[in-house]
Amino acid sequence: MDKLLLIIKREFIAKVRNKTFIIMTFLSPLLMIGMISLVAFLTKSSLEKKRTIAYVDGSHLFSSDDFKDDKTINFINLSDVDLEIAKNITQESDHYGLLYIPKNNKVDELSEKIQFFSEDSPNMMLIADLESVISAKLQKIKIKNSGIDLEKLEASKINVDVQLSNFSGERTSKLINGLKIGFGMGAGYLLMMFIIIYGAMVMRSVIEEKTSRIIEVIISSVKPFYLMLGKVIGTASAGLLQFFIWSIVLSILMLIASLVFGVEMSSNIDAMQVSSEQMEMVKSTMAGEMQVLISEVRKLPLTTMFFMFFFYFLGGYLLYSSIYAAIGAAVDNETDTQQFMLPVMLPLMLGLYVGFSSVIGDPHGTVATVFSMIPFTSPIVMLMRIPFGVPWWQIAISITLLIVTFVGVIWLAAKIYRVGILMYGKKPTYKELYKWLKY
Amino acid sequence: MSNLLVAENIVKNYGNFTALNNVSIIVPKGSIFGLLGPNGAGKTTLIRVINQITLPDRGTVYLDGNPLVLEDIKHIGYLPEERGLYKSMKVGEQALYLAQLKGMSKNDAKKQLKYWFDKFEIGDWWNKKVQELSKGMAQKVQFIITVMHKPKLLIFDEPFSGFDPINANLIKDEILQLRDEGATVIFSTHRMESVEELCEHIALIDKSNKILDGKLSDIKRQFKSNTYEIAIHTSDNISIEKEIAEKFEILPSNRKALDDELVLKVKIKNDEISNNLLNYLSSKGMISHFAEVIPNANEIFIQAVNQNTKNG
Repeated sequence: MDKLLLIIKREFIAKVRNKTFIIMTFLSPLLMIGMISLVAFLTKSSLEKKRTIAYVDGSHLFSSDDFKDDKTINFINLSDVDLEIAKNITQESDHYGLLYIPKNNKVDELSEKIQFFSEDSPNMMLIADLESVISAKLQKIKIKNSGIDLEKLEASKINVDVQLSNFSGERTSKLINGLKIGFGMGAGYLLMMFIIIYGAMVMRSVIEEKTSRIIEVIISSVKPFYLMLGKVIGTASAGLLQFFIWSIVLSILMLIASLVFGVEMSSNIDAMQVSSEQMEMVKSTMAGEMQVLISEVRKLPLTTMFFMFFFYFLGGYLLYSSIYAAIGAAVDNETDTQQFMLPVMLPLMLGLYVGFSSVIGDPHGTVATVFSMIPFTSPIVMLMRIPFGVPWWQIAISITLLIVTFVGVIWLAAKIYRVGILMYGKKPTYKELYKWLKY
Repeated sequence: MSNLLVAENIVKNYGNFTALNNVSIIVPKGSIFGLLGPNGAGKTTLIRVINQITLPDRGTVYLDGNPLVLEDIKHIGYLPEERGLYKSMKVGEQALYLAQLKGMSKNDAKKQLKYWFDKFEIGDWWNKKVQELSKGMAQKVQFIITVMHKPKLLIFDEPFSGFDPINANLIKDEILQLRDEGATVIFSTHRMESVEELCEHIALIDKSNKILDGKLSDIKRQFKSNTYEIAIHTSDNISIEKEIAEKFEILPSNRKALDDELVLKVKIKNDEISNNLLNYLSSKGMISHFAEVIPNANEIFIQAVNQNTKNG
């Protein structure tokens, strides 16, 4: 036991002192924030860039009220000239594009004949905007033509908001589902990242011990199993520390970012033409929702969620990292690991996809239930299901299966590890690994 | 003299391959025991069995009369042939870590390390990373790590590889001193001259079987063939050689003649005493060299292994 602690300590210190580790610990959040900001900045600047669009309205159905200039688009009316001339003008004055509405009195026919000319393929968002403007106008014309009073139609519009309650009569929030999904996806994704990053780290560390030939010195002092376990746990500790630092640095950076961008956000809201009346309404409904949401969050099985998160995170990581350790022991260098990576990545990916596709749609459906039992996918899928409330017997089966598999896999991995660390110069095949199990 | 280590009927199979076939060795306490054999004979497997790295399929290893248990690893110091250190770890830290893994307390380990680092005059390496050391330097550190917990049994697999002659000598003297202080040494090597120099007992393993073991002096006696190497100044080398050949069996010698004397290897019958030969020769000329041919470890090695190969 003392020796296990020694090994864990050494592995932890070796990881934490590693220069790459230190750099990545502090650089990753910066990179992430940087990327997000860059994307945000580019999107914003592309939105803010003013585009000039010329239009030729042969139908004379549209007026300049329909094509109003806004923050991103300037409209130029070229209806006075021919289409060909308009095209030339558009190209010469370097406008973004030319919208052509031909002469046609039948609205239904017209709707399929409208064209947009541009140098490059146009921004789809912009086209969608144009389409909605045109279709709104054409719709109005059609309504008018069929003799319906537009004003009455407008007045008859009504907005429905279904209030959710459970059977004991308490109001529930729609947002809470989003929150549950958010937690599930976040936890599942986090676990997968953790397994991939730190599992590979365990693997590299085993390969390093093999190539530096220190392995035989060490296992003449401790059982290989303890070395493997110590390595897995030590790496996980370093990983948790790194995750912890990341979350702190990220939240600080987010705070700074939101302070900087927050100002602009509020000015954006002002710019939006929202009447103060509407604002008040939105605010009050939001406040109501918030209250319900908070009481909902309080009612979530938070303790269960915490313990389950802890258990599945640990279980999933230990299961996979022991496989990684065995792979590391089986090969001489990292390039040889490729053939063994697929069987490791496959269930991980599957877990995540099943989680994203079926848990969100139907958390208690057959697919989600089955995959939350299968040990290799259960850590990810079950973590995603937990916030929606899983029957205790399902959790019991899932946990039991995970523990049984974990013991089995660790046992197998330890066997491969024990033989593999002393094997040099052999490129192992699956057949070879199977033979090692019997040594 | 009691035996420190006894390995009894060790069998180890890897799939269909037998690495050790009923191998037994007896290592007397306080001796230096040479474990010899060609590449791939099974030496390393046997050493790993003794170190409990590999579990034997059959057979038992006794240390000091008791079957080997996990606790015994602190009584064993092992320098494997495939050896190395963590490259990016500092020398001192690494030595401390490995000492603690052997069960030493941190303070004891520090004391011992200071003693050895002073002895080898390498105190200033403490904070160096292993990757900054030369191969020979790293080997020295490795040697210290092997012996610092004062084990009863030391196992060295090719301890001199990577050392220059001066440092090899230094290590050899240390091994002898450790023996004098009471340690028992198992020594595996291909360098027969160091076997000759150091080992009192040897075992020879070939193709997974032990083909020879015992005291080196006994084995030599067993392998000698009553052959004498002579050099004699005669008036007529050719006729005298013919005369000797009539009375004794002669073998070609590869000893270089200093002048133009006659150099021969002469084999006498098993019940004959050497004086008969000496007396006979003295009548033929002036004898400048007369010595019994005692096979060296190298010759014994080659002869035994070839014999084993012939026997299939």
